[in-house]
Amino acid sequence: MAEQLGLRPQGHPWLKPVRYRASWRPGHDAWGRKEGEPILPAVGDFFRVEGTEVHEVAVGPVHAGVIEPGHFRFQCHGERVFHLEIALGFQHRGVEESLLGGPHRQTTARIETLAGDTTIGHATAFSQAVEALSGASAPPRAQAIRGVALELERLANHTGDLGALAGDVGFLPTASFCGRLRGDFLNLTALLCGNRFGRGLVRPGGTLVDLDDALVAELGRRLEEAMKDLRGAAGLLFGAATVLARFEGTGRVDPATAEALGLVGPAARACGVDQDVRRDHPTGIWRFVHVPVMTAYDGDVNGRAFVRWLEAQRSYDFVKAQLATLPKGAVRAAARPIRPEHVAVSLVEGWRGEVCHVAVTDADGRFSRYKVVDPSFHNWMGLAMALRNEEISDFPLCNKSFNLSYCGHDL
Amino acid sequence: MIHIVVHVLLVLALPPLLTGVIARTKAAFAGRNGPPLLQGYYDLARLFRKGSILPEGSGWVFLAGPVAGVAAPLFASLLLPFGGHTAPVSFAGDMILFAYVLALSRFFTAAAALDTGSAFEGMGAAREVAFSCLAEPALFFGFVALARISGSLSLSQMLGTGPGWVTAGAPLVLVAASWAIVLLAENCRIPFDDPNTHLELTMIHEVMVLDHGGPAFGLVLYGASVKLFVLSALFLRVVFPFNVTDPRLDWIAFVAGILLVALSIGVVESVMARLRLVKVPQLLVGACVLSAFGMLLLAR
Repeated sequence: MAEQLGLRPQGHPWLKPVRYRASWRPGHDAWGRKEGEPILPAVGDFFRVEGTEVHEVAVGPVHAGVIEPGHFRFQCHGERVFHLEIALGFQHRGVEESLLGGPHRQTTARIETLAGDTTIGHATAFSQAVEALSGASAPPRAQAIRGVALELERLANHTGDLGALAGDVGFLPTASFCGRLRGDFLNLTALLCGNRFGRGLVRPGGTLVDLDDALVAELGRRLEEAMKDLRGAAGLLFGAATVLARFEGTGRVDPATAEALGLVGPAARACGVDQDVRRDHPTGIWRFVHVPVMTAYDGDVNGRAFVRWLEAQRSYDFVKAQLATLPKGAVRAAARPIRPEHVAVSLVEGWRGEVCHVAVTDADGRFSRYKVVDPSFHNWMGLAMALRNEEISDFPLCNKSFNLSYCGHDL
Repeated sequence: MIHIVVHVLLVLALPPLLTGVIARTKAAFAGRNGPPLLQGYYDLARLFRKGSILPEGSGWVFLAGPVAGVAAPLFASLLLPFGGHTAPVSFAGDMILFAYVLALSRFFTAAAALDTGSAFEGMGAAREVAFSCLAEPALFFGFVALARISGSLSLSQMLGTGPGWVTAGAPLVLVAASWAIVLLAENCRIPFDDPNTHLELTMIHEVMVLDHGGPAFGLVLYGASVKLFVLSALFLRVVFPFNVTDPRLDWIAFVAGILLVALSIGVVESVMARLRLVKVPQLLVGACVLSAFGMLLLAR
């Protein structure tokens, strides 16, 4: 609100912009920046620890790997991290602004690329919001297909994460297997709709594609094969003493901190926080089918890795069961006009955690405000807290265990 | 004379092959084809054709790092017997020169890293120096044990003690175990360091050479592989101190042995994860203790 509308909260100890952009209301800037003055990300004061033995390490925004840009500032004493400050905002595209006056022809494309790896999650949240605003609802078959797509997205990403975690600790077998298996799961989504990330599948009112029996059989067969290999790869990972020695106790977030920060998704469940939108606020297929909520209790890298593995197994069970009992009927309901002056809140448990979309319509039934909260928005602070009193050399591992989206945060 | 020529040719030409063997072994474990065996040579050829950029404010020290990184292990190799042949240069106490020539290259690499003024590279230099402080005693305790077994202070005699496995098997096992750890640690292999990682915060050796590019980085890579070759040869001579009667067969046995060491390193890297950085000193102290006990067993 401070960035977009220039509102300045009273008594804020240290107000820093989350996104670096000019205010939507000319002349109102929460930081008193002049109009036309360039606003650059990660420029400004950082928290500093003073002392002769404390040193500062700055990483990014350009990284050694091919990843998104973000700036990390460590205050270190030798190898020990006292404080980590994360400065994002390099990926800000102005998505929320571009959605105003919608839905229009580009809206779904924008929604599906909010965070490319959460395409289904965001598209489902958007569709649910529009359906709520227009009073339409997706047919049962479409809801089941959406659920299958969402869980396939979870499977693919959790598999990729397990592989990336293995790669970070130099554990080759799982890293290599999971790299391929992630592709196999993405290909299942491609089989479903023609796009590996599920673009063009979920739309307000239902889905754009339907499955025939041959496709369902093929999906089931390939899912079975990929899952068999994933079981092997995960077994190797969690069976290796050297890997567990590296995972356990690294980057611990205690449950109280997790609750106070409002962490979501596997990062929260790894701390023992029992929350899952699929159970707590069920929509669509989740009102009829319950997926057990998986939690761990250590809140360390091992917890986050293991919760991912458990969730991948539950997702597999779900997809398998759904493919066997897909409801019959149409996959898309007729569109209805969006009601004016309404507000809709839509929640979806994406693979990274709770995806929240809020839409407010004006007198013409157009979006007067559209707000998106990606799970990454909640969890970046969790990463900063996980690094407290850890070794700086463990940062990449902790970072990978959260695996947060930069563009989902920066929007 | 011919053996000196073969010795020098081997140490000049063979090292990049070792990295290829390690990479292929790891690829086989991961179910991939992996890079060609000669990839190390291709990389060097590519790097030496490139231009180079020096970091602002760095001086001759920055370039001295890669140069010393190649020169020192090459020189150290002259002190080391390959297989059953005596070393080209050999005198009483040459093991001390051997150890400190390698330390000299580390000094220059660390100095070159500090010369860039980058926070990462300083961090890497601090790690490398701290860890090698612990690896060095392990090497020296081993030398003392070998000197005691062979009754000589020259590497050529110390490392040719085939009968040592009969008369002093237990100390030799301890020294070999300790040096296997030193071999992995000094060459920045898993579980100490991951030579393939791109994560600058976890690196030890790699982070020190982040700013080197082109021919300078080519020298760094070549120097690292020569060091791997030299230390593998040292380790091999402890594990397999026997002379094959025919000199030609002996060279073949030596090359096969070196490739086998590379293969084993590849296997170790494939089946285990990296250690947490705080655990590295503990394992190195363990290596020291092993070779120290090897020495103590002989001190009766």
